[in-house]
Amino acid sequence: MSSSTLTIAMPKGRIFEEAVQLLREADYTLPPEFEDSRKLILEIEEANLRFILAKPMDVPTYVEHGVADVGIAGKDVMLEEKRNVYEVLDLGISRCYLAVAGIPGTELDAVAPKIATKYPNVASNYFRSQGKQVEIIKLNGSIELAPLIGLADRIVDIVSTGRTLKENGLVETEKIIDITSRFIVNPVSYRIKANAVDEMVHRLDKVIEGEEIAR
Amino acid sequence: MTKPLVFEKPLGMRDTLPDLYEIKSKSRSAMEHAVQKWGYRFMQTPTIEYYDTVGEASATLEQQLFKLLDQEGKTLVLRPDMTAPIARVAASTMQGQSQPMRIAYSANVFRAQQQEGGHPAEFEQFGVELIGDGSTSADGEVIALMIETLEHVGLRNFQVAVGHLGYVDVLFKEILGTDERVEKLKRFLYEKNYVGYKQHVKKLPLSSIDQKRLLDFLHLRGENKLEDAEKLITSTRGYEAIEELHALRECLKAFGVNELTTLDLTLVSHMTYYTGVVFEGYAPELGSPISNGGRYDDLLGKFDKEAKATGFGIDLDYLMEAIQRGETEPFTHCVIFSEKHRKEAYAFVRKLRDKGGMVVAQDIKGIESLDAYTEQFSNVTYYLGKEEGGEH
Repeated sequence: MSSSTLTIAMPKGRIFEEAVQLLREADYTLPPEFEDSRKLILEIEEANLRFILAKPMDVPTYVEHGVADVGIAGKDVMLEEKRNVYEVLDLGISRCYLAVAGIPGTELDAVAPKIATKYPNVASNYFRSQGKQVEIIKLNGSIELAPLIGLADRIVDIVSTGRTLKENGLVETEKIIDITSRFIVNPVSYRIKANAVDEMVHRLDKVIEGEEIAR
Repeated sequence: MTKPLVFEKPLGMRDTLPDLYEIKSKSRSAMEHAVQKWGYRFMQTPTIEYYDTVGEASATLEQQLFKLLDQEGKTLVLRPDMTAPIARVAASTMQGQSQPMRIAYSANVFRAQQQEGGHPAEFEQFGVELIGDGSTSADGEVIALMIETLEHVGLRNFQVAVGHLGYVDVLFKEILGTDERVEKLKRFLYEKNYVGYKQHVKKLPLSSIDQKRLLDFLHLRGENKLEDAEKLITSTRGYEAIEELHALRECLKAFGVNELTTLDLTLVSHMTYYTGVVFEGYAPELGSPISNGGRYDDLLGKFDKEAKATGFGIDLDYLMEAIQRGETEPFTHCVIFSEKHRKEAYAFVRKLRDKGGMVVAQDIKGIESLDAYTEQFSNVTYYLGKEEGGEH
């Protein structure tokens, strides 16, 4: 690995394909089998790039510690994790939003309202800003279950189409914030590898601006 | 709460084993030598200070302070940095001394970890403070000395980013008018949230020219950006900041360290602490800045004595990580003896030690496995049998 190699932390799953497409549009030649590989580290020597594939929630962690120079992470993760990294670009992909949802017609428990979520920090900050003290129950998935079986009064989760909520008989009660994916950079790499980082930011920015005009 | 197990330490606390200790102390003395040559004098301050004085004045987040109570119920803190205690001393005990004062320190500081490991909560800081000198030469001296100190311990390929918080404040104030608005926008820079910064600027009720000035500001890092920075400013105070940066560049050239520094006006390393030139040092091996510093002309005022000041601090633990562990010389010599030959063995060991060698003298009775023990030494001498002792 030469010192000018840029290590990119990519989120596995939903955002991955959109992120790969965006990189291709920015003229980064990625091998066709890129999406199918099960490898966690992929090196593309001719482009001086190395990709690491991480859980979306972990991308800012790798970037903060500097084992990845840059990364692609959802704003939801950035809000939850509060990592010391530069948030340089709004990539405009994986659009969704964070919302509060619950069973229609129900109220928050007056004494100890319970909120189930994958995002305990975001949820507790949001309710604090609304002047409410709530109890957070941290879950790792299938958050919609919680109100249905009486674990919580409300959930805080990301909503993209609203289908999951609907099929489970839940309604959105408040929207918290819009979410898109962000291009993030380690503070040291931002300076030491300024040329490579700026080049990537510039190329990605061109693609994003093009798409904004088209939209 | 579970009771700690015997091998556990509080979050963020670390042991220093002999190998690391040795490079660390070697580096420390090399660095001490470097700053002493520039006329800086070392001093110590207490580990524990009052929350209301040093705790408040230091630039540390409330939740990062280790707090305790004294017998009268006053809140104490484990010092979170060295700049505030030195400012306290400079403004009180040492206030009769003529300024500028050149002070150096090497001490452990304490900052509680928020969420997880990965960063130590007690770490050694090495640094200098130049108190009572507001000149650009002082800013240059501190940057140049930091570079020389890092080079002295063998760090290579590092870079120093140099910014100016006075410039940022003036530019934002020119465009935004009120301090509240300046602070709000500056906070985005401090939090490194450029996306939020751009979104915020686009929402502000400003002329398109002013919006563009604020957006162009984000590009003020790298070569030849000082000219661009000048174009964004219109007020006298803004030009003063630009003048300072020009002068600083000349000063760093004179010190011969200009090549290692880059201008980066987007560097906002703290919301309120720094008032002028700021800087951070980066090593490619490490994900966090290895050193930082800047001008803090308002700090001494908090201890009732106005004085301009600047300084740098190097994180010794990060520095150790960067200059690579494992370069230590192991103990080279071990002398193994039996009780019967102890006297000759000790005489032999003393001779070696007098010559400056590091020698372990070990009674054979104290070792379980001779082979496993002697493996770590490059040289072993035995005083066991009838003979005087044979080399191994």
